[in-house]
Amino acid sequence: MHDFQSVTGCAIPLMEANVDTDVIIPIQRLVGTGRQGLGPHAFERRRYGTDGADNPDFIPNQAPYRESPILLAAENFGCGSSREGAVWALMGMGVRCVIAPSFGDIFYSNCFQNGLLPVRLPIETVRRIAEETRASPGNARTTVDLERQVVITPSGEAIPFSVDQRKRHAMLHGLDDIALTLQHADAIAAWKLRDSAERNWAWESVA
Amino acid sequence: MVNPVAGYASGLDAAIVAATREEIMPGTMFDKIWDRHVIADLGEGWSLLYLDRILVHDLSGGRAMAELAEAGRHVAEPRKVFATPDHAVSTEPGRTAASYPKGERLLKSLRERCAAEGVRLFDLGEKGNGIVHVIAPELAIVLPGLTLACGDSHTCTNGGVGAMAFGIGASELAHALATQTLPQRRPGTFRIRFEGARPPGVTAKDMILAAIGRFGAAAGTGMAMEYAGEAVRALSMEERLTLCNLSIEMGAKVGMVAPDETTFAYLAGREFAPTGAAWDTALRDWRALPSDAGARFTRDEVIRIEDIAPQITWGTSPEQVAAVTGHVPHLADAPDAARRAAWEAALDYMGLQPGQRLIGTRVDWVFIGSCTNSRLSDLRAAADVLQGRHKAPHVTAWVVPGSEAVKMEAEAEGLHLRFQEAGFEWREPGCALCVAANGEAVPDGARCVSTSNRNFVGRQGTGARTHLASPAMAAAAALAGAIVDVRGF
Repeated sequence: MHDFQSVTGCAIPLMEANVDTDVIIPIQRLVGTGRQGLGPHAFERRRYGTDGADNPDFIPNQAPYRESPILLAAENFGCGSSREGAVWALMGMGVRCVIAPSFGDIFYSNCFQNGLLPVRLPIETVRRIAEETRASPGNARTTVDLERQVVITPSGEAIPFSVDQRKRHAMLHGLDDIALTLQHADAIAAWKLRDSAERNWAWESVA
Repeated sequence: MVNPVAGYASGLDAAIVAATREEIMPGTMFDKIWDRHVIADLGEGWSLLYLDRILVHDLSGGRAMAELAEAGRHVAEPRKVFATPDHAVSTEPGRTAASYPKGERLLKSLRERCAAEGVRLFDLGEKGNGIVHVIAPELAIVLPGLTLACGDSHTCTNGGVGAMAFGIGASELAHALATQTLPQRRPGTFRIRFEGARPPGVTAKDMILAAIGRFGAAAGTGMAMEYAGEAVRALSMEERLTLCNLSIEMGAKVGMVAPDETTFAYLAGREFAPTGAAWDTALRDWRALPSDAGARFTRDEVIRIEDIAPQITWGTSPEQVAAVTGHVPHLADAPDAARRAAWEAALDYMGLQPGQRLIGTRVDWVFIGSCTNSRLSDLRAAADVLQGRHKAPHVTAWVVPGSEAVKMEAEAEGLHLRFQEAGFEWREPGCALCVAANGEAVPDGARCVSTSNRNFVGRQGTGARTHLASPAMAAAAALAGAIVDVRGF
């Protein structure tokens, strides 16, 4: 996993609710394209016209927001399918942080697994950052600092955010979850021994 | 005042404290299953949980196992892992793996990795093959009280038997396979009680769509749902699976129905169900699973089922749903500006006008299938609507059974002939038009009444317009060539 400290950029104000993972990455791309090649296909149905040229109405295509590392969205961003390709596609287009009031639960977990930081802030706050950015997109800079757990808005306001400390620690240090769990190998073995005696019915048909 | 439970904790053995706590505090079914599976407390509400079963499919399974092997790791308990190709396989009659070459590559990798790791694969054409969330209950791979994870968001379907089943991404799947565990943070609980007698024409699909419409697509985000009440107790096992299937469309991680005699009768004798003395022990454990009287849920709601009519979605989120007798909302009725903008975009995509009546809207395609509604009872319900009538000439109608077993049982009772006589295509098992990952898609701009679970933009194909409904409603739409109220049709 990539580690993460902080990012700064002109936040992309894609202020829509219920942006689902089918919209972020169409499933056909997960059949035919490897993990590394998904960036150009992120949001592809909205990002490109029928002729394949960039759709100028799609906000992330507009000059100040291109390749920005921060995306702003409204409620329930990343809802729907469990496809981790949605995270790989966003990272492939340069996004390292999404700020929204709420996220699809599986998408939220997938973000931390890959070093993309999802930040939950109240909708009024996200809207304020969007408005400050739109007012002066060329100069507006938002910073998200995971170490200090703070978002600095374009006007300089510092807004603290909460994040699960276990996830934060793993992300700051790029830790491998599997290796961490294997430190509990003895506890896992002991649990299995006890459980196979107590719940033999859960074990016998798959023994 | 000193907490009496905490007081015990200082002086007595932990197991005695746990037993004491169980006697003192009524628990939810979710609490009981969670507590039973905790290997280690990781702090801050996190636990390392044991997974009783893992399901994998062609879209991500082969790759996940290949990446594990590249990292020098292997599947920890292959006998507890089950694989089936479903997402990227053609459902064309007489299909083989080669019918969809892009999918065949995924399937070859799945076959190879399953063989190398000793994982049981239910391959195409084999009894046991089918949509992953159809075969798991069908084979009794999932059982009451078990934990189950799968790299698919509709894994919550399996909670219909009273299990804690949840969807995960690719990284968590790799972790699950390598350790048979997952670190998880305890979610909140959300109970919906459906009370009253079910009116004619109203199915489990209508019940859950109505709930999503009322509470919203994010109402249960990350939570464990429990569906209860007299109307849920009266549901068949297959209907309970449908109910739990759409939990994720409310954002929930888990959806569950307490196991009872209906569950036990369904599971008894199936391939991976316990037998003999183990079955008796299982029954004793399963009977203790239902939420205790007085158990507290983070959120608790009641829906009077007499008030529900057959539902159909009109927009591009499952929360954008109405009674079929209703109409598309007026934008002025939107509760806020953001919702108004979302409705406007949805109606533009769907080619519908604000205030338009739903009945009479012309339909081009009908899809009966998916992990929501492709089981034998779903196909029977759809076939019962046909009554010797033929589909409208302009409609393409597909029936995709959920598994080889469903297909065989349906053919044994002649359902396939009734569909074919009505002009429907009778196809091979797979996810097909629910997710359009297999080269099959609803054409650009076509309007499809679908028994699946998501009406997202482009979900059934670029530009495809999806209306979610029950199998009976879908069959009726195919006959009429338009959205109709199945009651009295």
